[in-house]
Amino acid sequence: MTQELSRRALMGATAGSLLLAGGNAGAQQKPSELRVGITTFLSGPASVFGVPSKQMAELLFEQVNAQGGIGGIPVKPYFVDEAPGTEHLVGEYRRLVQNEGVHVMFASISSGSCLACTPLSDEMRKTTLLWDCGTQRIFEEGKHPFAFRTQGFGTPEVLAPLLYLLKHKPDFKSIAVINQDYAWGRDSWELWKTAMDVLKPGVRVVAEMFPRLGATDYSTEVTRLLASRPDVILTTSWGGDLVTLVRQAAERRLFERSTFVMPVAEASLQLLGKVVPAGHVIGARGDHWNNHPKPKDPAKLAKFVDGYRAKYNEYPIYPCHHMAQAISALQAGYAKAIAAKGGGWPNDQELANAFRGLTFDTPTSTITLREDGQGLEDQIVGLSSFNDKFPFAVPKDMIMFPAAMVSTPVGMKSVDWLKTLTPAILAQTPAPI
Amino acid sequence: MAGWLQDNGLLLGLAVLDGLAYAALVFMVAVGLNLVFGVLRIVNVAHGSLFAIGAYTAASLGLFFASQGLPPLAGYFALVLAAALVGALLGPLIERFLLRRIYGHEEVLQLLVTFALFMILEDVQKLVWGVQPVSQDLPMTYLGTIDVPFGDDEIPFTKYQLFVLPGIAVATLVGLALFLRRTLAGRMIVAVTADKEAATAMGIDATRIMLLTFTAGAALAALGGALASPTTSLVPGVGAQTIVLSFAVVATAGLGQIEGAALTSLMMGLGRSVAVYFAPEFEVVVPYLIMVAVLLVRPQGLFGVLETRRV
Amino acid sequence: MIAEGLIALLGAGVLLVAALAIPWLKFVLTIALAKGIAVLGILLLLRAGQVSFGHAMFLATGAYTVAFLAPAMPEALLLIPLGGLFAGLLGLLVGLFVVRYRDIFFGMLNLAISMVLYSLLEKLYHLTKGTDGIRVARATFAGFDLPRETQEWLMFAIALGLAALFGTLVAAYLRSPMGRALAGIKTRETRLEFLGVSARRVLLFAYVASAVMGGIAGTLVALTTRHVTPLLGYWTSSGELVFIAILGGAGSAVGAFLGAVAFELVRVYAAASVADAWQMILGGVLLLVILFAPGGLWGILAGRLKVRA
Repeated sequence: MTQELSRRALMGATAGSLLLAGGNAGAQQKPSELRVGITTFLSGPASVFGVPSKQMAELLFEQVNAQGGIGGIPVKPYFVDEAPGTEHLVGEYRRLVQNEGVHVMFASISSGSCLACTPLSDEMRKTTLLWDCGTQRIFEEGKHPFAFRTQGFGTPEVLAPLLYLLKHKPDFKSIAVINQDYAWGRDSWELWKTAMDVLKPGVRVVAEMFPRLGATDYSTEVTRLLASRPDVILTTSWGGDLVTLVRQAAERRLFERSTFVMPVAEASLQLLGKVVPAGHVIGARGDHWNNHPKPKDPAKLAKFVDGYRAKYNEYPIYPCHHMAQAISALQAGYAKAIAAKGGGWPNDQELANAFRGLTFDTPTSTITLREDGQGLEDQIVGLSSFNDKFPFAVPKDMIMFPAAMVSTPVGMKSVDWLKTLTPAILAQTPAPI
Repeated sequence: MAGWLQDNGLLLGLAVLDGLAYAALVFMVAVGLNLVFGVLRIVNVAHGSLFAIGAYTAASLGLFFASQGLPPLAGYFALVLAAALVGALLGPLIERFLLRRIYGHEEVLQLLVTFALFMILEDVQKLVWGVQPVSQDLPMTYLGTIDVPFGDDEIPFTKYQLFVLPGIAVATLVGLALFLRRTLAGRMIVAVTADKEAATAMGIDATRIMLLTFTAGAALAALGGALASPTTSLVPGVGAQTIVLSFAVVATAGLGQIEGAALTSLMMGLGRSVAVYFAPEFEVVVPYLIMVAVLLVRPQGLFGVLETRRV
Repeated sequence: MIAEGLIALLGAGVLLVAALAIPWLKFVLTIALAKGIAVLGILLLLRAGQVSFGHAMFLATGAYTVAFLAPAMPEALLLIPLGGLFAGLLGLLVGLFVVRYRDIFFGMLNLAISMVLYSLLEKLYHLTKGTDGIRVARATFAGFDLPRETQEWLMFAIALGLAALFGTLVAAYLRSPMGRALAGIKTRETRLEFLGVSARRVLLFAYVASAVMGGIAGTLVALTTRHVTPLLGYWTSSGELVFIAILGGAGSAVGAFLGAVAFELVRVYAAASVADAWQMILGGVLLLVILFAPGGLWGILAGRLKVRA
């Protein structure tokens, strides 16, 4: 199930690509296999995310193909590594679409990659499911008729932890931020700060630090945070960076001085084991906790988790859930498109149309895509805690924030919308589940 | 200025402490590179890979020892053992089978050979250790922290980063200096560095000296990596980041100058940590700015010796 | 010399056929041609015995010129020479300082300055969008806004044309007295001075020329990939250029393009088929070339065809 490109295949693909790529109006011939290009991190610090998501994809496609595939044909994934950088990725996107004739693209983990790929999806008219990246800029800075985000985005993922913090520790006076220096790190801070200044004006920002993505040493930053003693430390870091940061901070007892807010912590908790102290605010970029108290279909969630655990000997993390969401959306989208065409195979435009307004199941609940392509996903935030069931931290005192409450409405820029909030929104915060 | 110092003096003190640990690691890598250049006249791009492989080996050995139930002190032994293994195995291998073939060649080609080696070793790391982060922080956590007074407050620092790293770096500096000046082998190395032809004419076996030096350099790089490994998670690409910084140190220090490497590492380490406090946006630029500034004034580096031109 | 030109013509023909047969290859080949132009610059310096490990900074300058100016001035036919111009200015500035040094110091200084530029590009997020890079706005050609397919062909044609132009210029320059003086710097610089030729001036001219070509290469890359990141100016990018120079063969201008096309093709197909080992494959290829065919691909080709240099 891995990508392969031999000379022979290339020559064959020349002919094949003329048939499969492009794929414009008129009677569409049903292909022999459904090709999906998937970009993810296969190396470097972010591979802690990327490799599990690839494993999830392989597992799920196996199951899908065993049940007859999508629209009656088997699915074949082509994996691309995001780690070499956006230039390489852009080239690979084109190669997959023009040479390999993929029908759908899944892109990406990194917000930077998504920002580079969505214009390509416009240009090449190829349905692209934004399966994991968080930057809110995608749909707010332009229309992308072929791009759909099958998960939430930065604004709810940052606003929910902020609201939780305001409930849990309403009297904090100072804050420091240490985020990775790229789109997600910068944008997430901008979102948080805008909302915080509206909902709790006057909080002092003692330090704004943006170490480079993939930095291996945060000792100096930790010292600075120790010295400035903020009440709250926000970090939207993820993957190996967060693991290193938490390890180094815990070793020097930074967690005892400040309350950490880590909106993207869930994926790193297994690696951290008992190192993460209890009582800090953690998020999962959605509602994908292993100890979700009220999933829509508990049996389905258990089967999902156990199936992954059986094969890979670890719990699925949120990138796995996001991949599952994208695949579920893929199935639902094709089903809808084929039905709309009376059983015929949809072309690129018809496929894209099917995704607009699509509702699909996720392992924990349901997601509906809006008219601008953005998905609405509920957010569960809690405090880190330990129990006997899991060898790593899980949340307690969880609050589920409904997507509609914490997501920017269609047509508005997040920063503008956040400025319109008033402290009244705090009253809307639901009770813990 | 006095007012600023009063307000920020303590912070500056913290920056100095942070800079020490970082400078120590930079020195360990740069000194090996410097030695190798002095004797072999080759800038070894793969030096960064040796750092990374040393780090990975140390982490793996440490994990293995821990799994066998050995006491935490064995973890420190693992660090040294890893450095020795990598140096003793890879050093002669590379020198004998690769570098020796290209000694007579043009400088460009020599550099590119090491660049090719770097590319190969980067992927070897991925193939051997995989792409997921590898970490073994027992040597650091075992020693615990020490509270450094900071005004009315205290800042915990890990003893490992505050004492062990700078300690080993200083020991290496002193040890190397003594070795080069007092022992016969060391003086032979200095002789070959100064003028290989003349040294050979004196009866020094330059070939063996080059092998010895490269092995030592490799071991030093690996030791740097081993020492760094408890502080961080190891991922592919660690070597690439280290090497360009080492180049900057070596060029600024003056090729072949051990003391210069120490001083420059200190400057760069302090410069970087001060930047994190007062101008975090420039943290990454600082080493290169220092390099350009020094080379503008003294093109041969701080302690370097200008070579006479041949006519 | 005629044989060299014939081989170049043949090569161009092969590229055209390839681009027609496999549409996606246009993208790869355009990038390869662009890098080949930059490598021509490296070649000039190699002739003088100097290696620059920082020439990626000129690529970055050209690319970011396009990225910054394109929204206000989308005309590609203006952006390309402008990128070359700015890179040339930077080259003059840096060159005035750098040409006083030789050998390893020359290489290191270039490295240092390029890393300063890279670090600034990476860190000044609000200006340059940091590591995420800048999306290049749609470009026009002589005022025309063309469909995607046509644009790709046009970029390929422009790259091919510029490659031919610069290749010819460089080949001619290397045969001219100034070009020979460059070689003099490599053999015995002081004797060159005895002849009354200022080594610094000769080297500076070559340096600025290489900067201009690097800048133009950068603009081509930017207009083709439509996405510019600081990685284009990283030291490994400079290393790649030197790699290509040796791979192709430092003996002839055609070598630069032979090397570039070979490099890009190997890299793309290796990355596609053996994602975890493509660097190793490239490294291995480089080693083999250096150890067993130091004249590069051109050396092998010329040997086979018994071409006189």
